[in-house]
Amino acid sequence: MSYTLIVEQLLNGVQFGVMLFLMSAGLTLVFGIMNFINLAHGSLYMAGAFIAASLISVTGSFFLSVLIAVAVTGALGMAMEIAILRPFYARTHLDQVLVTFGLILVLNEITRLLWGPIPVPMPLPAYLAGSVELFVGVRYPIFRLAILLVGAVVAVGLYLAVVHTRAGMWVRAGAANRPMASALGVDVQFVFLMVFAVGAALAGLAGIMAGPIFAVQVGMGEPILILAFVVTVIGGIGSIRGAFLAALLIGIVDTFGRVLLPPALGSMVIFILMAAILAWRPSGLFPLQS
Amino acid sequence: MSLLDLSTGLRTRRFGAHTAPLLVLIGLLVLVPPVANFLDDPFLIKVFTRVIVFGIAAVGLNLILGFGDLISLMQAGFFGIGAYTVAILAYHEVNVEPLLGWPLTLTGTTNLAISLPLGALVAAVFAALAGLVCLRTSGAYFIMITLAFNQMLYYFFVALQKYGGEDGLQILGNLHLVGFDVAKRVPFYYLCLIILVVILVLLDRLVESRFGMAVRALAQNERRAVALGIPPLRYKLLAFVISGAIGGLAGGLLATSQQFVSPADMAWVRSGELVAMVVLGGLATVWGPVAGAAVFLILELVLSSFTISWQLPFGLLIIAMIMFLRGGLADLWLFVMRHLRTGAG
Repeated sequence: MSYTLIVEQLLNGVQFGVMLFLMSAGLTLVFGIMNFINLAHGSLYMAGAFIAASLISVTGSFFLSVLIAVAVTGALGMAMEIAILRPFYARTHLDQVLVTFGLILVLNEITRLLWGPIPVPMPLPAYLAGSVELFVGVRYPIFRLAILLVGAVVAVGLYLAVVHTRAGMWVRAGAANRPMASALGVDVQFVFLMVFAVGAALAGLAGIMAGPIFAVQVGMGEPILILAFVVTVIGGIGSIRGAFLAALLIGIVDTFGRVLLPPALGSMVIFILMAAILAWRPSGLFPLQS
Repeated sequence: MSLLDLSTGLRTRRFGAHTAPLLVLIGLLVLVPPVANFLDDPFLIKVFTRVIVFGIAAVGLNLILGFGDLISLMQAGFFGIGAYTVAILAYHEVNVEPLLGWPLTLTGTTNLAISLPLGALVAAVFAALAGLVCLRTSGAYFIMITLAFNQMLYYFFVALQKYGGEDGLQILGNLHLVGFDVAKRVPFYYLCLIILVVILVLLDRLVESRFGMAVRALAQNERRAVALGIPPLRYKLLAFVISGAIGGLAGGLLATSQQFVSPADMAWVRSGELVAMVVLGGLATVWGPVAGAAVFLILELVLSSFTISWQLPFGLLIIAMIMFLRGGLADLWLFVMRHLRTGAG
C-alpha cells in the first residue's frame, strides 16, 4: 500500500467519520436526553438530501440551497416531534421502535411519490467540483475536503455549545436528571423540541453531504442510520465526545477495512469492532454518568 | 417456595382462555387447502404457507420479545441463516462440490431432514455468540446492537459472490424430506403447519415451565429475580438461542417454499416487520404472533393490490395501531369475548 493511497484513504475515513458524527450527534442527544430511540432519524437524512437536490435545480445556488434545506429539515423534525413523537417519550422502547418504524415506511413512500423511484442527481458547483493537490502527489476532491471542514467546524461548535453555553447546560441537565432540571425551572419540553430540531437539521446536513458522493435515493437513510447506531453505542449513548471519537474510529476502520480486507470480512469489520468494544465495555467508551 | 409464589403471581398475566383461540386458529389454518381447492385458487395456499413460515419466526421472536421483554431486531438475520443453510447445502449437492474438503469432508444435501435442523443449529450457534455480547447490555443498547448484528449478517451474505451476492441464490435441486417431495404445495403446507403446531405446544409448555417463569420474572423485575437466585445471563441467553433457532428453522422453510433466497429476506426492515407482527398479534400469548403474521401479510397483500404505494397506508396503520391498540389483536379478542359474555349473561 503506497503512501498516496494511505493518505487518501485516511482522509476518506475521516471525512466519512465526520459525516457519521453529524448523523449520530442528533441520535445520541435525543436518546441521552429523552430516552427516545428514533429509527426515523435516517429519514431526515434522506429528506435533507432530496430537498437540497430539488432546491439546487430550482435556485441554481448550491450554498443557498444547502442552508435552506438544512433549515427545512430541522423544521420537519420539529413537526414530527410535535405531531407524532412527543407522546411516545413516556412510552416503552418497543412502542418507540414501532412508531418510528411506521414513520420510515410512510416517509420513504412519500419521498417516492414526490421524487420518483429513480435516484435524483445532485450536481456540484464549479468551485467544489475539482480537486486540489494537498501534499506532493496527493490530489483530493475539493468537495470531500469541504465536507471535512464543515463537519469539523460543526463538531467543534456543537461541543462548545453543549459544554460552554447556558442552553447547553439545560440540555446536559435534562440528560442527567430530567425531573430535577424541570423542578429547577428548565422548560424541559422546549429543550427537547430544540434538541430534536437541531438533531434533525444535522442529519439533513449529513444527507446533503452524502448526496453528491452516494446516490440521492429512497431508502438511502437506513444503512447510514445503522452505522450511526453503531457509533452511538460505541461512544456511549448520550455522549457527544464519545460519538465524535467513535464516528472517526468507525469512519477510518470502515474505509481501510474495505480497501485491505476481502469483501466478506471488510463489510463486517466495524460490527466485529463494535462487538469487541462492547464485550470489553458494555456501555460504550464514554458512558454518561448517571 | 419463593419461586412458587412468583409463579402464582405471574400466572395471572397469562389468561386461562388461551387454548380456545389457539384451537380456532389452527382449525382455520387446517381448512386452508380444502377451501383453496374448493375456490380453485392455489394462490391461497402459497399465501398461507408464507403466513405460517413468518408465524413460526414471529412466535420464536416472541419468546424473547413478549416473555423476555428484550426487543431484538435481528430475527430476520436468523431467518436468513436458516434460509441460506438450506440453499447452500442444495447448491453443493447439485454442483457435486464438497462443502468442506479434506480433512473433514462435508457434502451438500437436498434432504430437508438434514438441512432444516442444521439451519436451526447454525442460527442457534450464531445466536449464542451474538447473545453473549448483546445480553450484557439492555434497553436501547440491546435494540441498537441487535440491529447492527442483523446488518452485519446482511452484508456478509451480500458479499458472498459465490452464492449469488446481492442477487440471491436459486435452489435448483429437488428439495425433499427423506425422499418425500416437498415441491407439492399441499403436503408442504401441512408440513409447515405441523412444525408450527409442535413449536406452539412446546413453547406453551416452556413458558409455563420453571425456565419460562425465570425468564418472565427477569423481564418483570430483574433485580428481584436476581435476588431470588436466578442467574440472568444464562436464562436470557438460552431464551435468545431458542428464539434464534426457531427463526433459523422458519428461514429454512421460507427458502424451501420459494426455492430461492436473497439477502433481501434478511434485511433489517424484515426484522422490524417481524416485531410489528408480534405486537400486532399481542405479546402476552404464545399464539398471538401467528395471528399477527396472518393479519400483517394479508393486509400487505390487499394494500399492494390496490396501489404500488401500499407502504404509505401500511405505515400509517402501524402508527395508528401503536397509538391506539396497545395489546394487539389478542386484546381485541379478549375485549370482544368479554362483551359477548356479559351480553349473554
